[in-house]
Amino acid sequence: MANDILVFGEVRGGGIKKITKELIGAARRVSQSNGGAIDAVLIGAGAGKAAEALKDFGLRTITVVEDGVLAAYSTEGYARVLSDIVKAQRPSYVFLGATAMGRDLGPRATAKVDGVMFSDCVDVRMEDGRCVARRPVYSGKVYLEIARTGERPTFISIRPNTIPPAEPSGGNTVIESHPAGIERAAIRAIVAEMIPLEGGRPDLTEADVIVSGGRAMKDKANFKILEGLADVLGAAVGASRAAVDSGYAPVAIQVGQTGKIVNPKLYIACGISGAIQHLAGMRTSKVIVAINKDSNAPIFERATYGIVGDLFEVVPMLTEEIKHALS
Amino acid sequence: MKIVALLKRVPDTEARILINQEGSGIKDEGIKYVINTYDEYAVEEGLRLKEKTGGDSKVTVVCMGPEEATELIRTALAMGADDAVHICDKLLERPDPFTTASVLAKAITLEGFDVIFCGKQAIDDDMAQVHSIMAEMLDIPQVSVVTGFEIAPDQKTATARRRIEGGDEKVETSIPAVISCEKGLNEPRYASLPGIMKAKKKEIRKKTLADLGFGAVPGEARSAILRWVPLPKSAGCTMVQAEEMRDAVKQVVRLLREEAKVL
Repeated sequence: MANDILVFGEVRGGGIKKITKELIGAARRVSQSNGGAIDAVLIGAGAGKAAEALKDFGLRTITVVEDGVLAAYSTEGYARVLSDIVKAQRPSYVFLGATAMGRDLGPRATAKVDGVMFSDCVDVRMEDGRCVARRPVYSGKVYLEIARTGERPTFISIRPNTIPPAEPSGGNTVIESHPAGIERAAIRAIVAEMIPLEGGRPDLTEADVIVSGGRAMKDKANFKILEGLADVLGAAVGASRAAVDSGYAPVAIQVGQTGKIVNPKLYIACGISGAIQHLAGMRTSKVIVAINKDSNAPIFERATYGIVGDLFEVVPMLTEEIKHALS
Repeated sequence: MKIVALLKRVPDTEARILINQEGSGIKDEGIKYVINTYDEYAVEEGLRLKEKTGGDSKVTVVCMGPEEATELIRTALAMGADDAVHICDKLLERPDPFTTASVLAKAITLEGFDVIFCGKQAIDDDMAQVHSIMAEMLDIPQVSVVTGFEIAPDQKTATARRRIEGGDEKVETSIPAVISCEKGLNEPRYASLPGIMKAKKKEIRKKTLADLGFGAVPGEARSAILRWVPLPKSAGCTMVQAEEMRDAVKQVVRLLREEAKVL
């Protein structure tokens, strides 16, 4: 119905991922202005259990689709289910996470319902009766604000770690089951295996604290120093493109324009000069600490706190002092 | 195998992006345009697949863009692509993802295809939608943000590795399929001098919307940009120094706890 919002929640290991609560937070922001109801849909193994965890968040309904054919992620399977539910429930807006899953199935589901999609948004709000989304473009060098024209279902994918997660708020949520509505034979690409990253650290795009190293790290082995600091902070470890290209870190942890976009509360940049491309990946961090030998390094223009010094001296000291302060 | 690699002309990653006077877009002057970073991985992967499958496999680059895109298409041809389709039409000035996907889907269908490689997103609008919408329009499967790709010997299926939060997924897909490419998939080759010479003779088929059979721009506008917003200015950095480095470090920790409140 007009103004209603459908949240596509992400499920992992029988629980809900943090992004789901962030999407509900975003939905509440909008529905406070337009009075729409908020519904959710959860797909895949463990969706039923995950729905129980969401039943005190003031949602109108949670639709659970837990058919075996959807146990492993598939673009076609999940996009088909989501689009079927959009056609049945007719929400005005569909909120998804700008995660690997959301970014993959979102546009496909949008195409299936002939809707419109705004990707990777950092803010949503109502303005003149329409939901306006703010999104970064040109690798985050500028923002634009965009809204739909007409009344098509509007899919908005929201960047993780950007909107505060919703807290429980009570309410009478109805949990309903929905069949998959798609046969296995109709799914032509499907996940066969999931290979977790080693290290047990939080994913960079979801991390609240990140310790990152640049070309000044000089060697792959030296990243151990950053890992020591990351351990004390429960942080993820990142790297600049220069460090990755020099072979000091894997491309999977590259932060920047052609790497990961991160939004932590605290970003500690060690031996990173602060090239435009790197800033594009981390400039929205709430607090940035920069450690660099060069007082003219551009990173100091963007940082909150700066120390001019040798990271090999400063980082171990920082690790000790933080350990001390937190104990 | 008929391999298609999509290519988009975008501003260089070094480009300084400023909002224009009217607030209607970005300032164009002085911007250097290049092949979209992620499309380089797409072209390279197409070339590797051609080399692997041999026979009469060929790579066709498809680019929707202004006249100036021609030199970038030549670069892809110099890397080793066999020919190209350049869709160029004044009516396609600021296409939205649905329009782009419709045009590309039509052009690619006319060429015939087995595997379509494209970048995971274009670094100008960062929408990351075209590959998905196009796959839906072509009614074929897709795998996004691929960091590894291996075709099966029968060329009817492939295994792709893709990067998600916390790890990688291994995906089995049937062919034909759309594969969006992520950094780490490969190292794009440089065009060699012989490659550059050969590229001058390779065919770039230029098409307008009419050539593709469209009476008008496909898909009406679904959205409007209300305004462009510059990044907030930095508050300024507090440089922390002291006689002894240890004291400076202690001061930073104190600031993180008491002032920034992030510890």
